[in-house]
Amino acid sequence: MDITFDQVSYIYQPNSPFEYRALKDLSFSIPSGSFVAVIGHTGSGKSTLIQHLNGLLKPTKGTVTLGEYQLKAKEKNKELRELREKVGVVFQYPEHQLFEETVAKDIAFGPRNFGVNEGEIDRRVNEAIQATHLDEELLERSPFDLSGGQMRRVAISGVLAMNPEVLVLDEPTAGLDPHGQKEIMEMFYDLHQKKKLTTVLVTHSMEDALAYADQVIILNKGEVYMQGSPLELFKKQKALEEVQLDVPEVIEFITKANEKLGADIEYTGQSIADLAKEMADFVRGGRDHE
Amino acid sequence: MSSSLIIGQYVPGNSVIHRIDPRSKIAIIFFYVVIVFFANSVMSYGVLALFAIGASLISKVPFPYLMKGLKPVWFLVLFTFILHLIVTKQGDVLISILGWEIYREGVVQGAAISLRFFLLILVTSLLTLTTTPIEITDAIEELLGPLKKVRFPVHELALMMSISLRFIPTLMQETEKISKAQASRGVDFRTGAFKDRVRAVIPLLVPLFVSAFKRAEDLAMAMEARGYQGGEGRTKLRELTISRRDIAAYIVFAGIVTALFLTRS
Ligand SMILES: Nc1ncnc2c1ncn2[C@@H]1O[C@H](COP(=O)(O)OP(=O)(O)O)[C@@H](O)[C@H]1O
Ligand SMILES: [Mg+2]
Repeated sequence: MDITFDQVSYIYQPNSPFEYRALKDLSFSIPSGSFVAVIGHTGSGKSTLIQHLNGLLKPTKGTVTLGEYQLKAKEKNKELRELREKVGVVFQYPEHQLFEETVAKDIAFGPRNFGVNEGEIDRRVNEAIQATHLDEELLERSPFDLSGGQMRRVAISGVLAMNPEVLVLDEPTAGLDPHGQKEIMEMFYDLHQKKKLTTVLVTHSMEDALAYADQVIILNKGEVYMQGSPLELFKKQKALEEVQLDVPEVIEFITKANEKLGADIEYTGQSIADLAKEMADFVRGGRDHE
Repeated sequence: MSSSLIIGQYVPGNSVIHRIDPRSKIAIIFFYVVIVFFANSVMSYGVLALFAIGASLISKVPFPYLMKGLKPVWFLVLFTFILHLIVTKQGDVLISILGWEIYREGVVQGAAISLRFFLLILVTSLLTLTTTPIEITDAIEELLGPLKKVRFPVHELALMMSISLRFIPTLMQETEKISKAQASRGVDFRTGAFKDRVRAVIPLLVPLFVSAFKRAEDLAMAMEARGYQGGEGRTKLRELTISRRDIAAYIVFAGIVTALFLTRS
């Protein structure tokens, strides 16, 4: 599903002393099937932005277009339900939304609301727990008896079971251990490729943005600060530092190494092994000349 | 949802009214509420209104906020006014509509009662609009202080109040967050049959209760870990102090009371 933001502004609590302009004239587009990372400092408007993707919020000004759906200020939408079925949102700390008696029922909650038939629901529940590596034994347990990491996987399964075309992820790995973080991100990337999803990932991890995204949008104080491919953006260390963002470790390392060795190795997404080889070649080459 | 208030009703500001000691504000408003019932002439109502409107202007709180407090009761105000019009049958007949006679006293009394309501709500809103909930709690704890002598748990009461106040915005945010998450999973809170809408509340309430209990447990543990043991011998971070501002406020109020009794008929 193609997604376009056209001059979108959003104001919280307009016409009150608490009025706050959270988004200011955002314009960008996300082609169907791409993986977009949204990065920005806390409070820069990331969560506000993604709530426009399934009509939880409507722009105060401007237009959001998702496939054939249009969200505009002051326009009532009748087909929000259909839109919400197609756009799955994994919120920050999604385990807070669990409520059913059993894990299976909770995962089935979304599809059931959208009127999917029981046989299909069972199939989707099983598919979802396979994707999130949840043990089948857990299906009949109460979600509140599980560990934090397991609860997170149940909540994510609940969104996946809706079979969305667009997957929106708001810091999906916050608060998980490093191993769990990697596993979950790999899972999302896998699904993104297999199911040809359009994925919007809000993250603080430059590493994740570099590893998975085709396009990065950097927000600062509600405005698009920079936008482009990760390789392109992460070269601009100065500009990133200005909005308190780091460059990914690999790139920082290469910059430093280049300075030290007087080399001009460029990062084009090569693996650590290739990079090491390139560097070794350079150092060796340098010696040979002496 | 987004138009709901974030932190109680408090509107941050730096006016004299904001900075008067909360104990003074509560005391003055308490006596104001009492003397409102002593007004009985146009002039005396004028004096009371002057005080309330003057204080509102000085506080610089935007007008719509002052009127917000009236919202839940304007119906009651209107109702009592109309009741007076219908029931009171004293004085001259002013007009008669379709056989209904409206008497002079009815209008006068109806207007007086409505004005009283209006003034009471205005000053009490002004208190909550210019004083943080924490200040109000502190002030109540101080003002109720003497009751400690008879073993009334004043400190615990104040603690309960401030904890509840502290968690109201948190719970409201949580409610908003969870209802958005469930709406994204296809729950419709707005339309549908009554039965369905009641059912839609369960996915909202269960997570809310779970998180409220969890928060309560965490808070209790954090308080214990830091050696909390009640009010005995406990000092305060914010000491309330009476300043020249407060003295001035009392003097102005004393002037208003005097003027009120001079203008009573
Ligand atoms: N419900 C709300 N009411 C008022 N202001 C809000 C609300 N939600 C968020 N904000 C404000 O909007 C800004 C952007 O918030 P958010 O989109 O959550 O940022 P991020 O996800 O990038 O941390 C913040 O300054 C926040 O205080
Ligand atoms: Mg956020």
